[in-house]
Amino acid sequence: MRLSAIDLACHRGGRDVFAGVNFAVASGEALLVTGRNGAGKSSLLRTVVGLVRVAAGKLVLEDGDRELTIAEQAHYLGHQDALKPSLSVAENLRFWAGFLGAGAADIRPSLETVGLDELADLPAAYLSAGQRRRLSIARLLAVKRPIWLLDEPTSTLDAAAQERLVGLMRSHLTEGGIILAATHAAIGLDAVQELKLGRTSASPQDRGGLRS
Amino acid sequence: MSALAALLVRDMRIAVRVGGGALMGVLFFLVVVTLVPFALGPDLALLKRIGPAILWLAALLASLLALDRLFAADHEDGSLDLILMSRAPLELVVLVKGFAHWLTTGLPLVLAAPLTGLFLNLDAPAEGVLVLTLLVGTPALTFIGLIGAAIAVALRRGGLLLAVLVLPLTVPVLIFGVAAANTAVAGPVPFGTPFTVLCALTLASLVIGPFAAAAALRQELE
Repeated sequence: MRLSAIDLACHRGGRDVFAGVNFAVASGEALLVTGRNGAGKSSLLRTVVGLVRVAAGKLVLEDGDRELTIAEQAHYLGHQDALKPSLSVAENLRFWAGFLGAGAADIRPSLETVGLDELADLPAAYLSAGQRRRLSIARLLAVKRPIWLLDEPTSTLDAAAQERLVGLMRSHLTEGGIILAATHAAIGLDAVQELKLGRTSASPQDRGGLRS
Repeated sequence: MSALAALLVRDMRIAVRVGGGALMGVLFFLVVVTLVPFALGPDLALLKRIGPAILWLAALLASLLALDRLFAADHEDGSLDLILMSRAPLELVVLVKGFAHWLTTGLPLVLAAPLTGLFLNLDAPAEGVLVLTLLVGTPALTFIGLIGAAIAVALRRGGLLLAVLVLPLTVPVLIFGVAAANTAVAGPVPFGTPFTVLCALTLASLVIGPFAAAAALRQELE
């Protein structure tokens, strides 16, 4: 399986976010998308899953399931955790497992992996930000999908949980998965490509701005 | 299919939990209808004559009450992104969400209507007819409202916009719903004529609503 972008451009809110982006990621590889705030890291991930329209260029997935779009074979972990505060931890996860197509799969192993099995019956409203993050990561484990798109996956996670997430990403890669991660911090993965956004699209007055 | 079943169960659970819209709508309905006799005074003949119209108006307002949160809540917590990415067709997803919303807010209104009918001096046959028209007509209100709920997603305070957008579209439903309910009170007009039009309006909204709402959702999130 190989996901590639050819001359991809994104146009949002009357401004070019990025243009001329090229990358190719094969099974077992990760792509780290870096760049300053507003460089279009999130927009790139959202473009890949079809939540933002492709303004120019194209996205190609080779050797994937021909019946399904890229979005339907991908997990998207965005800034928001997609949890309902009035539902319990287990109900939230069971819903996403059912909705994303795992049927009545057993969600307990995924909850154990992210360390939330003891809180399974607690309403999600009482979770801390890091616990909410871990619960949405459990979604990636409960339903198997080859492509993971992670937007700032380590934000709000403590050191131990970050380490565990990197472990999960590693095992996803060894199983032949693809990971695209937008991040500021270096993630402790070994073999990664890096895509730096923000050079081609920055207007002159932007360049003097804050750099991360 | 199981994806849609999971969605139906989730939306109904959220609606009946604390902070959900199910109880709020039916309470609002009861309060509005109860206030009418106090405002109009104890003129039984008048209450009986305008009873069906009052009940229909209250049901219309009550069914719009929680509607603005239908997609906005999913948009705010990021669920809508995942829903848009799903393998289930968006039109069906919207249809299921609308159905869950009707089951938790529309159906309780229908069930509460006989009780409120008592306040408005409606007799048993009139109440039966009224309940029937509400049962057939309230899905139309929900599914027309879906379009407004989808358009209001990206806007802050979309609630008011929803009312402005949706209420004019519900006028035909209101006219034929009240007309059908009135035949039991007022007399010689046959019940079947307005009632079949009401059924037709509901069926049309069941088809148009999900497609229009899905199109609106797709447009907005780009």
